[in-house]
Parts: sequence; C-alpha cells; structure tokens
Amino acid sequence: MLKIENLHARVAGREILKGLSLEVNAGEVHAIMGPNGAGKSTLGNVLSGRDGYEVTAGTVSYNGVDLLTMAPEARAAAGVFLAFQYPVEIPGVNNTYFLRAALNAQRKARGEKELVREKLKVMQISDELLHRAVNEGFSGGEKKRNEIFQMAVLEPQLAILDETDSGLDIDALKQVAQGVNTLRSPERAFLMITHYQRLLDYVVPDFVHVLANGRIVESGDKSLALKLEEHGYAGLGAGAAA
Amino acid sequence: MNPAASSPLAASLLAAPLPVSGIAWLDEARREHRAAFAAGGLPGARVEAWKYTALRGLAQRRFSAGDGVAATRAVDAAAFALPGMEGPRLVFVNGVFRADLSSLVALPDGLSLQPLSQALRNDAEPLRFALSRPALVGQVHAASDAFVQVNAANAADGVVLKVAAHAQIAAPVQLVFVGAAADAELAWHARNLVELAEGASLTLVEHHLGHGEQAQLATLVGDVVLHEGAQLHQVVLQNAAADTNLVRRSGLRLHARAQMQLHVLELGGALVRHDLQAELAGDGAQLHTRGVFMPHGRQHIDTQLAIRHQALDTASTSHWRGVANDRARGVFRGAIVVAPGADGSDANLSNKNLLLSPNAEIDTKPELEIYADEVQAAHGATVGQLDERSLFYLRSRGIPLAEARALLTAAFCRAVLDDLPNAALREHLSGLLIAQLPA
Repeated sequence: MLKIENLHARVAGREILKGLSLEVNAGEVHAIMGPNGAGKSTLGNVLSGRDGYEVTAGTVSYNGVDLLTMAPEARAAAGVFLAFQYPVEIPGVNNTYFLRAALNAQRKARGEKELVREKLKVMQISDELLHRAVNEGFSGGEKKRNEIFQMAVLEPQLAILDETDSGLDIDALKQVAQGVNTLRSPERAFLMITHYQRLLDYVVPDFVHVLANGRIVESGDKSLALKLEEHGYAGLGAGAAA
Repeated sequence: MNPAASSPLAASLLAAPLPVSGIAWLDEARREHRAAFAAGGLPGARVEAWKYTALRGLAQRRFSAGDGVAATRAVDAAAFALPGMEGPRLVFVNGVFRADLSSLVALPDGLSLQPLSQALRNDAEPLRFALSRPALVGQVHAASDAFVQVNAANAADGVVLKVAAHAQIAAPVQLVFVGAAADAELAWHARNLVELAEGASLTLVEHHLGHGEQAQLATLVGDVVLHEGAQLHQVVLQNAAADTNLVRRSGLRLHARAQMQLHVLELGGALVRHDLQAELAGDGAQLHTRGVFMPHGRQHIDTQLAIRHQALDTASTSHWRGVANDRARGVFRGAIVVAPGADGSDANLSNKNLLLSPNAEIDTKPELEIYADEVQAAHGATVGQLDERSLFYLRSRGIPLAEARALLTAAFCRAVLDDLPNAALREHLSGLLIAQLPA
C-alpha cells in the first residue's frame, strides 16, 4: 500500500529525513519509534502534504501512485489520514459541519454521491463535542479523541497517528487505543508514530521501527519496543546510523 | 471665495432647490444648514476624520436633486423581505416615503411610527428642537461633517419613531431605504428620529438596498435617544447597489440603565461611510456594538465609531471585523473616551481584519482616552491573513483549498452575529455574509 524509498526531506533548509525507507501493507500496524528530533513528525507531515517540507530525494508510492505530487486534500480523498500531534482549534466552525464537509468533499473527489444529513446522523456517535466548534476549548485528551473520531468517520485506508498518545492520561490512552483497535481491518494500515512504548501495550503492532537521525535504523516485531523500553534509544542501530 | 462650490459635487449639491415646508423655523433652519455647508465645503485631505477616505473621486461627480417620480417608481418588494419580519414597515424609495410598500396598519399600542413628511404636516413643533440643528446627538464639526449639513438642509423625509413608556414592542420594526435607478444620477437624503421612553423596548431593522444599477449619493442622519431603562436592539443591513455612495451618521444617546445592542453588516455600496457617535449619558447605560464590513471589487467602506462614557458604571463592548478582497479598502476607527466622572466604566473594543487579496487594504485605528477612575478598558486591532495551520488541518481532512478558505472566512465574519437573538434573522444574515465571500 505504502512504499517509501530513500526519502530525504528538509525543513527550513535543514535536512531531517536522510534516506528513510519503509514498506507498509494493507492490514498491518507499524510503530515508528525514536528519540526527539529523529524526524518522526516530519515523516507524518511529509506524507500528509504539509507546506514547508521540501523533499529533496526519494519516492513515496501509495497504491502505485506518487503521493508526493498530490495536494493534501487529494491525499485525504485517496484514503490517507493524519491524526495531528497538535490538533488545530478552529473557532466558528462547528465540529459536525466540519466532518460533514470533509466526508462529502472526499466522496465527491472519489466520484461518490454526497451523503445527506440524515444518513450522516446515523453514523455519528452522540457526543457533546460534536456541537462545539472544532477543538475550541477542548482539553488535550478531548482533542486526541476527536482526531480518532474523525478517523472513524472518514474511514481512511492509511492512518498516520502522530504522537497521538503524548500528553494523555491512562484512561484517555485506553479510549484512543480502543478506537484504533476497532478500526483495525485487513484493508487498513496504521503508521503509529510514538515516543513511548506505552501505547503499544494497548495497540499491538505487527512491526516496530526505530527512527534515528532521519532513517530507519532497526526494524523488528513488538519485542523491539520492549527492548527499547529497557535499554533506551542509545546504542540501538548505531551501525546503520553511521 | 466659496470653497464649497470649488468641486462639481459641492456645486451640484448647492444647486439643489431646498425643500419648502411652509414651516417658518424649518425653512429658516434649512437655509442656515445650506449656508454652513457653502461656507465649509467638503472635507479636504487634511481633515483627520477623512484621512483614509479620500473624496477626490466623488468630488468630481454631479448628482441631481430628488426623484420626481419616486412616489410611483416600480420597486420589487421581495428584495426587502426578511425572515421573521412581519411587523410594521416603513419604506423609502430614493428618500421618498412609499405608503404602498409600507405596512403601518394595526400598530401595536405604545408605538408611534410615521414618515417625517407626515409628522411635519401633522404637528411640526415637537420636532423643532431636533431639526433646528444638523444632528441631535454628538458633535457636528464644520470641517468634517459636511454631509450632515447637506442632509440637514435637504432631507424632506425620513422616520419618526417613538415608543411610549414601558411599552414592549414585540414585532421588529423594519425601516427600508431603497436606492432606485432613475433618469439621472441622484442625490437623496433621509433624516431619522428614534426615541424610546422610560422602560420601553424595541427591535429595529434598518435595511439599505438598491434597485437597478446607477450612481447615487445618499445621506442618512439618524438620532436615537433611549430614556431610562429603555432597551433597543438594532440591526443594520447595508446592501446598497454597487454604484451607490452612502454617507450615514448615527447619534446614540443612552440615559440611565438604558441598553442598546447594535449589529451592523456593511456589504454593499461604492464609497460607504458610517459615523457613529454614542453618548453613554446616564449611570449604568450599556452599549454593545457588533459589526462586519466586507468590501470587495473597488469598494471603500469606512466606519468611524466614537463612544463617550459620560456617567458612572457605564459599559460598552464593540467587536468589529473587516474582510477586504480584490482592490477594496476598509477603514475602521474606534475611539472611546471615558470622560471625567465616569468612574467604574468598562470599555472593550476590538477590530480584527482579514485581507483576502494582496491588493486589498484595511486601515484600523483604535483610540482610547481615559479621564476617570476605576475604569476597565481594553482595545486592540489586528490585520492578517487566514491561519495556515487551520487551512492545512481542513485540507488534510479532504476539504479543497478554496472551500477551506471560504469556511474559515465565513466563520471569521459570522462571529459578529453570535449574540444576535433572532435566530431566523441571524441565519439569513449569515447566508448573506457567505454569499459575499469569494467563491
């Protein structure tokens, strides 16, 4: 589904990703772990098409097409979803309205019929947050839950979770994890970017990758995360990073 | 040397025959106002109050006086239909009262509503004090208030509205001013007087619109006096035709514990100027203004707010937003004065602006002068573009860039309508704001 080869990317003139390669297939859950400054969030932002990230080498192929040339909205319509590390507050735009606009814009882009109001109602969980402006005045946990809720409504093929676990207490973390587990399916892939092993207790990954100094320096199964927890990032993949 | 006659505009305004009422004091007052305008002329570039609104272009235009067939000119009544407005209505076409388009039957108890022309015929004396001066409330400066003098000299019609003590008028009153294309480019004028007695309450909707496209110059001068404990909610929907030059001046005087809520939408017109002068004259008076101006094309919309806190524990909040597109220009001045003795007053003013095009311009100037004690005051102004982070967030969810921009801009403008109590009207106005945005 997703094939990243030798990806190099710069932010503000500084090279952050330095030859990252990664392959993700449908149905798989991949965890990307790494120390601060390794390039974890840059990877999420490059994949979702944020301005200010300059790709200088390498390719990203998504379902056989070049993802990097697509506008952010086109990537979303093609099934790519980024759960933000810092969800944006948008005063004056109602959460429900926002979700409906997003869903219908994606459906329209895919040549599907737009959903009518009633049909949407059925899919929407009753939630007091829905009637408020997007993320406005939400607590940290509410913002992250809202990201997962948007993901559930938009049903992406490839979900990228950028440190969705950071800043959450254990209850909120469990809720978020439950949301992700519910959405796991043979057709859908997850890329979970995280600093801590904690989330992986609740969402068990198929693969764990260590991102350091702009590239994947070690890959393994879930046991790699436990090893990281025990020994820290120091010393891991030293040979590859050199 | 006659400075006023030195421009085609001033010459054409001075050439207009003064209306003749047959009421000696009124005709005399009109001649005096005319003479004051002739002596002072139009404000030049060096007059501070007109610094950002140059009259150079307008000064080269000529406008004819009055529309001889305004009383019978066909106008589409559907154009001024607003949701939830089933109450009394006064309609003016090119400044002339139109009984056929108005609705004055079965006025609720306590409401007196009539056109100025009729009020003058019935009993002019109660209007003598107000009409003897160019404006009832606030200050009139020879240098900057030329259009107020022109209005005082030339306005033969307008609105006279009174609400009796403690009368609660439920149905909103609608005042409609239609600028209709005529055989010539017209200047027309209207003078409005609104007075709510003690404890009275009213909702007033003032609607400016055009019928056909043709250059016009319209001046409207209105005074609102709220006596003790009176409550007024006023909505102004300015949607004049694209080639209309509209100069309005509103004077508001609030006596003790009077409360006024004002919502203003400035959408239409070519050159639009609104001077609002408010006096919080009685203890505990409250004024809350909300407004949005959205010039596009080559429109120029200028709002000048001057609020004077003159009594104890008075409060004012003013939240105004501007959105300028294309080559349009917006101007906002918000001046708050807390006079000596107005202790315990609370004043809050903000003006946030969005520029949607590199060629658009908004000039904003908040001013605060405080001469009293224990005053809480805050003011601020910003001019900026749409937030890139918000745009990306919307796009990352699949909303195309143009739609994301429209969504954020609409949300920005709609904020001024948040506390408008009439839901049907709020939705309608919100729709008009969105329709004004670039597609």
